[in-house]
Amino acid sequence: MKALVIDDSRTMRRIVGSLLEALGFEVHQAGDGQQALDLLDDGLEIDLACIDWNMPVMDGLEFVTRVRANPDRRQITLMMVTTESETGQIVRALAAGAHEYLIKPFTPDSIRDKLELLGLVGSEELV
Amino acid sequence: MTLTTDSFDFVADLVRRRSAIQLERGKEYLVESRLAPLAREAGIGVDEYVRRVRSARREADYEDVVEALTTNETSWFRDAAPFDALRTHVIPTFAQERGRIDRLRLWSAACSTGQEAYSIVMTLTDILPGTPVEVLATDLSTQVLERGRAGRYSQLEVNRGLPAAMLVRHLQRVGAEWKVSDAIQRPVTFARHNLLDAAPAGAPFDVVFLRNVLIYFDLATKRAILERVRRVLRPDGFLILGAAESTLGVGDAWDRIPVARGSVYRPASPVVTPPRAAPYVAAGAAPLSGTSAFPNIPHQGGHR
Repeated sequence: MKALVIDDSRTMRRIVGSLLEALGFEVHQAGDGQQALDLLDDGLEIDLACIDWNMPVMDGLEFVTRVRANPDRRQITLMMVTTESETGQIVRALAAGAHEYLIKPFTPDSIRDKLELLGLVGSEELV
Repeated sequence: MTLTTDSFDFVADLVRRRSAIQLERGKEYLVESRLAPLAREAGIGVDEYVRRVRSARREADYEDVVEALTTNETSWFRDAAPFDALRTHVIPTFAQERGRIDRLRLWSAACSTGQEAYSIVMTLTDILPGTPVEVLATDLSTQVLERGRAGRYSQLEVNRGLPAAMLVRHLQRVGAEWKVSDAIQRPVTFARHNLLDAAPAGAPFDVVFLRNVLIYFDLATKRAILERVRRVLRPDGFLILGAAESTLGVGDAWDRIPVARGSVYRPASPVVTPPRAAPYVAAGAAPLSGTSAFPNIPHQGGHR
């Protein structure tokens, strides 16, 4: 499984990226929505995109809208990973086509829970 | 200072006597990490804290220790399978066998901070809109019950397993926290209950959720708990255990139901009414009452 982490913070890209790698993903990175779209246009195929909201050049909501507008990219699961935590913002992101929404700060368990909900990782029940 | 064997044995004995949970040697790390916050609050090390509890002989201290060792983490829709089973098997089976579902009573045993009980109500709200649903949520710990009753969760807690669509639909942001809506909170009644005691009031139940609890008990205790559950479950009801749990080796009173990834059981040879030909119709949309569904337990959910 391939994931693209889109965030203008290198630190956040590294944190989210390493959590995804630990879950078995091959991780690619982009610093804003436009860079991410360029990677996809260049042929990068991904299963999951973790997207920050506020980024220069192209924000996360715009990226989600653009990806959803392209039927060839229907297989990509889109998850916002952002500090935007107002109900209205979450509703906007879901309406634009995001599949899930994870609010920063989060724990490694929460990212795993979300990916489990999305069917991208298996269940890991406590024993 | 590391926990001495003497202190560990004292704690293990206290927890076993009060909750039947077995803390075998080798679990010292668990005792240390769980008691660390209490020791820190007292400004001393864990071993000294345990020695102080021992010598003071105060009931409140004993309760603190037992609660610290028996409180487990939880999350929304924890391990999605049980909620899928509720949606795709349990409710359709009731609908087919009973013809109509007038109301449902469920017991969320060892409910911790209430996410499981609220997740049940959210699930049933979607598939049985208008049907009265009552959930009894019990736990040994009064602290977690208080938290569940309040229905307020931190950002980190709502991140744990709650789908974003459910979050915006069923919780409202209140300052830095999120609060469960009245519609989801009202059907849930929280009450203190020790699984070693007689079953709580409110029986019979249509479904009992008893997840990730049995693994902590020895065989005899498991058997006794499951027998009590069987007695308060409707003959055609369902028992839902944790994914890692089963009734295997505990007795033949249960039939495992083949549900994908779910640990779902029914009392063996259930007495059920024959399936009816008529299609399932959700029972009249009586509004959920604000009074307790469980006569011996004051209503405590909602309106907080």
